[in-house]
Amino acid sequence: MSFQAPIATSRSATGIPTGRLAVWWVVVSEIVIFGGLIACYIMFRLRHPEWGEYASHTSTPAGALNTFVLLTSSLAIVLAHQAAEARDLTKAFRYIWCTIGGGGVFLLVKSYEWTTEISHGYTLFANNFWSFYYTATGLHGLHVIAGMVIMGIISIGVRKGEHLPRVEYIGIYWHFVDIVWLFLFPLFYIAK
Amino acid sequence: MAEAVTTAETTEEVHTHHGEPDFWSKYIFSTDHKMIAMQYMFTGMIMALIGGYMAYVFRMQLAYPGESVPGFGTVTPLAYNSLITNHGAIMIFWVAMPILIAALGNFLIPLMIGCDDMAFPRVNRLSYQIFLLSVVVLLASFFVPGGGFGGAWTAYPPLSAQSQYNLTPFGAPLWLLAVALEFVAFLLGGINFITTTMNARAKGMKMYDIPIVVWMIVIASILFMASVGPLIAGAVMLLFDQVLGTTFYNPDAGGDPVLWQHLFWFFGHPEVYVVLLPAMGVVAEVITVFARKKLFAYKTILYTTFATGILSFFVWAHHQFIAGIDPRMAHVFTVTTVLISIPIAEMLFCYIATLYGGSIRLTTAMLFALAFLAEFLIGGVTGIYLGSSGTDIYFHDTYFVLAHFHYTFFPIAIIGFFTAIYYWFPKMFGRMMNETLGKIHFWGTIICFNGVFLPLFVLGIGGQHRRIYNFKNFPDLATPDMHNLRIFATWSAVVMLLFQIPFLINFVMSLFRGKKAGMNPWKANTLEWTAPSPPPHGNFKEMPVVYRGPYEYSVPGREEDYWPQNVPN
Amino acid sequence: MIESLIDNVSTYGGHIDGLFTLITIIVGFWFILAEAVLFYFIIRYRRKEGVKAQYVSGEKKKEHNWIAYPHYLIILCDIVIIVGAVMVWYKVKQDLPPADETIRVTGRQWSWVFTHPGPDGVLDTPDDIETVDRLHVKVDTLYHFQLESKDVVHSFSIPVFRLKQDAIPGRVITGWFEPTKTGEYDVQCAEICGIGHGIMAARISIETAETHHAWIEEQGGILDNERIARAEEIDQGKPEDNNNG
Repeated sequence: MSFQAPIATSRSATGIPTGRLAVWWVVVSEIVIFGGLIACYIMFRLRHPEWGEYASHTSTPAGALNTFVLLTSSLAIVLAHQAAEARDLTKAFRYIWCTIGGGGVFLLVKSYEWTTEISHGYTLFANNFWSFYYTATGLHGLHVIAGMVIMGIISIGVRKGEHLPRVEYIGIYWHFVDIVWLFLFPLFYIAK
Repeated sequence: MAEAVTTAETTEEVHTHHGEPDFWSKYIFSTDHKMIAMQYMFTGMIMALIGGYMAYVFRMQLAYPGESVPGFGTVTPLAYNSLITNHGAIMIFWVAMPILIAALGNFLIPLMIGCDDMAFPRVNRLSYQIFLLSVVVLLASFFVPGGGFGGAWTAYPPLSAQSQYNLTPFGAPLWLLAVALEFVAFLLGGINFITTTMNARAKGMKMYDIPIVVWMIVIASILFMASVGPLIAGAVMLLFDQVLGTTFYNPDAGGDPVLWQHLFWFFGHPEVYVVLLPAMGVVAEVITVFARKKLFAYKTILYTTFATGILSFFVWAHHQFIAGIDPRMAHVFTVTTVLISIPIAEMLFCYIATLYGGSIRLTTAMLFALAFLAEFLIGGVTGIYLGSSGTDIYFHDTYFVLAHFHYTFFPIAIIGFFTAIYYWFPKMFGRMMNETLGKIHFWGTIICFNGVFLPLFVLGIGGQHRRIYNFKNFPDLATPDMHNLRIFATWSAVVMLLFQIPFLINFVMSLFRGKKAGMNPWKANTLEWTAPSPPPHGNFKEMPVVYRGPYEYSVPGREEDYWPQNVPN
Repeated sequence: MIESLIDNVSTYGGHIDGLFTLITIIVGFWFILAEAVLFYFIIRYRRKEGVKAQYVSGEKKKEHNWIAYPHYLIILCDIVIIVGAVMVWYKVKQDLPPADETIRVTGRQWSWVFTHPGPDGVLDTPDDIETVDRLHVKVDTLYHFQLESKDVVHSFSIPVFRLKQDAIPGRVITGWFEPTKTGEYDVQCAEICGIGHGIMAARISIETAETHHAWIEEQGGILDNERIARAEEIDQGKPEDNNNG
């Protein structure tokens, strides 16, 4: 059956496009989810000084590389948004795929880290530090994957010149994913 | 995007649907907000029957311990725990939430703010589908080996985290999964409610022209969104503990069981207001219409709602006074908890003041709305005993607590729902409900409700603690006097459940045989009454424009005692 | 008010009952007032033919005062309640008066284990007396309890003392009580702890000093002279000598 967008979708009493509004509310609800998890971790961490020793087994260079990759991909999505505003479809399409590529590199580095750590015996069950580590980075990784999939879908529309504002919306989301990582990186990699 | 908006504003026209859609796309996979509202409402009503049946079974067990309950059989301790756990969870997560927020929000928001649908109809449909999935998972959890989860709806670890303690290796994770899915469904729904109300209002509708019930649903959605996140994270951790064997909450391996209590109640207390606010909103609509009065101090009500919402994030540890938290913390939470009585009391005063000088017509909907105020007051004042740390030492986890929160949740979920259904039934289905049956239903329900829970206050003061399947092991509680009160409460509950039969008859009969309602049977101001009953796909023949606030009743100098929002003068 | 339904046999029970009465008076006043006004309005302003409702927005200062003044009064009442609650809480939970004797209470699925210090009055010595589901205490003696849990969260509750405290696995929580009357009463577990939650019942025997000593002897504990001497000192009100580990 064909779906026809209702009038409600296109109205804008606040002057802010409804899509952008919705993405911001998604980000808000995600912030509380990650905020809760990170707060739990910090509370444990303060009570257990020995976790600093566990944290030294995470690979700071790999984490730093990933930070760089994610920040670069955020830049790419900003450029994609600019290109979409200027209706330069090929350029927007290319930048979106640059961002997806960034996400892919991030996941590759992540899986390298995880396999190394697991092979050293630091599994999810080793102790609560590692449980937190895998839960937090895993949840974040899922958000990266979700973002990549959505960007892939959006890129198809971009090519046809449809739904261009969506580039901006996914950009907001991708920045959020980026910022979450900027919290995880110091908490799990740098603080020893 | 900016130009897209302006074009939409100028080319706003109503699409009439072409041809009759088939059964599946009309009833099952509809994106129409009214159909999704009905789906939520009927699912919620079915769950209410299941939850009510559970209450019947365990009340019978308490009155006649060990005897076979007609319609169930012998209640084992395992079954008893599972029944009370799921009764609580169902009534809050699968009855109060879907009916008050999802059903009313979906039905009312687009109609009351004068647009044709939700801003994101397909997200809305997805929200219901995830909710339905959560219902299926929950119901499935009763029938897995080991039986349904029985660690109370609060699910404190380590009991909930380790199957060697709760003895429900499959029931516990499934229950948790169902709750988590339900949260996701309501997050999606909430985003829809908030963005729709912010952006899709009819032309001319300013902030203070939005009916209170819409405000309340939106504020409730924001509260839900802001409080549930940590619990979702906590639920993931608990699920890992249950099925993978991590040790987040396991004290033997360095975990912290009290952490869950904080995460749970950080959500759990705002959750009370999440369901309370929509019910308060419904009552505001109904008392203004049937008292023909302007709502007393609209803005004050709104500000007190904000104040209540913000304060509700700082009171959670009053559920944990005696749970081993630092005793000094109790002072802080006593202060915040007792302070929350100020905005709530002010809100109730405004409601009562609205009746002053009115022209009150006691329809069934109005009776239920007034009963809400009268009964909720009892729930409110008994909360003071529990919020003040000194008395909570004694009352914590007694039947006093149980009676207290039933005096809040019953008015919210049940009386609030009946108020809404008797009031909006003509709009939902285009026919009137029978008032005589309605009044029988009203008096039967309200009198029996007090018959159930007033004795439980007495039992609670007498020291009877909660979640005990048989009091024979406690000689001080097994006295004949106390037992008679239990029997009285049980029979009140049974009679109350029987009094729902007139309602069901009334509901079904009116659906097919009720008097045709017409567009505005109550002579109300808000926009939903300017749409046909029931509203067609697209709601309005012509998109309404708003000229004034929603509560302009009995304005001096006007012939009519109401002044719809969309009438220019 | 509570005492008509259940005995009060602890030194601080009266404070909690008093706070209950205080709150009842305050909220009872507001409750009756609000309900009375509500019902008065319902009856007084029933619809009459030809009488139109008044138009009151509630936004004007004069009208709004009808809400504002009760509202200030409520703040006042709240302060009274908060002060009462804080004082009672401080006395019962935060303040820890010196103990005459210390016992250990351990919750487990699904029974209470009570460790009495035995004749020497010190816990963790060979003469400790361990009982299941029965706690023996001496009247007019200030007890500290060390609350532990072996498995899940339990809650140690003695309604006649108005005492309740959760037992958290992995932690030792210390609290106190002082019985004032002899007798035998219920001890409950007030936090759901699994399928046996309903059988996790214990009894507390509050005994006179003589009965209590007799019970200790019966348990095989031999009261040496030094111990008896100390017990007498305690009974004469010299608690500074006691050893509560």
